[in-house]
Amino acid sequence: MVGGPIAGVDPVAILAGRMGDTALVLGHRISEWCGLAPALEEDIALANTALDLIGQAKLWLDLAGAREGLGRDADGLAYLRDAWDFRNLLLVERPNGDFGDTILRQALFDGWHVQLLAGLRDSRDEQVAAIAAKASKEAAYHWQRSRETVIALGDGTEESHARMQAALVRAWPFVGEMFESDETDAALSSAGIAPAPATLSTSVMGAFEEMLAEATLRAPEVSRWQTGGRSGRMHTEHLGHMLSTMQWLQRAYPGCDW
Amino acid sequence: MQVTAQQIRTWLADVPDPEIPVISLVELGVIRDVRQVDAQWEVDVSPTYSGCPATSVIAQTIREALAEHGVSVAVNQTLSPPWTTDWISQSGREKLEAYGIAPPRAAGGPERCPRCHSADLERLSQFGSTPCKAQWRCRTCLEPFEYFKCL
Ligand SMILES: [Zn+2]
Repeated sequence: MVGGPIAGVDPVAILAGRMGDTALVLGHRISEWCGLAPALEEDIALANTALDLIGQAKLWLDLAGAREGLGRDADGLAYLRDAWDFRNLLLVERPNGDFGDTILRQALFDGWHVQLLAGLRDSRDEQVAAIAAKASKEAAYHWQRSRETVIALGDGTEESHARMQAALVRAWPFVGEMFESDETDAALSSAGIAPAPATLSTSVMGAFEEMLAEATLRAPEVSRWQTGGRSGRMHTEHLGHMLSTMQWLQRAYPGCDW
Repeated sequence: MQVTAQQIRTWLADVPDPEIPVISLVELGVIRDVRQVDAQWEVDVSPTYSGCPATSVIAQTIREALAEHGVSVAVNQTLSPPWTTDWISQSGREKLEAYGIAPPRAAGGPERCPRCHSADLERLSQFGSTPCKAQWRCRTCLEPFEYFKCL
């Protein structure tokens, strides 16, 4: 099962499930802005970013389905699992908030995503490496934009600065989950399939510090990180609400196609 | 008539990209391989962007176009190496510009306005009407135009 580490299951299925779920949930979240963003350019940018992420989710989830060997494809995994079987980072399932919350969350995700994909490009698993190589070009483009926007708004007007700082305080406690490791991560890293999450911490946190300094924003002290999405221990209440919208059609009309 | 891989490539050179029909799939650089495996023709296609809705349309267009020549093909998606705008041919670049879309450049922005050829340009948005394009404007003729993002 993509759902969690089970003896005898290909760890690549779990890795691809986590990558796919995180891309899918964030892709769906930002697609919620379509038609509602504060400016037309931002609307188009968010919709295009959503499209890239959902495309990447399809690649990852098809791989997860193939490796778990239970006959499920990307659609089956995306639309027919319940919240407790999702393995995305908690950061991405949080509601969009205002545009500041959305773009800050995007930059935190993109900064991590770029570094992780760079590691996965060297994966000994050919399919993991191929998807990572494809996705990393798109991720670099997303990161360029989200980073610049965070800096522009953080180091902007009094109002935009205050809202970005408030957004950072809300989102920051979810960053620690990016570097959390379990037995599956240890197996993947010793097999040369994926970098150990903790090893990304220096480069990712360094990129965040640089961005936040330029944006004149200050990360809060965090005594305990909010985790549990990628391990499946617990999700926030928000994921279930999001899935009920995202999965409604396939649940109401199973196998519906056009 | 004996069908060859070269013949199939020639036919594919007439198949337009579904989103930017002035250039062909061959000029776009997405046709990576044409080969015959046990009497079955196969075409490898590289997707431009992961989530590009044109990807499945491209596969269908290829099957239909070759069916008209009596050839049945299996279309495979190939991810590695990932598609890059470097694979857009010179003729493809010229056709894009003539159509009003500035061709991609490694420098990360258009060289000149596709209408008046002025180099006095500004970026409006990193994204555009399709995943492959960004919005720019010419400060000389004041017209906005699309730029094919460098990937
Ligand atoms: Zn001009």
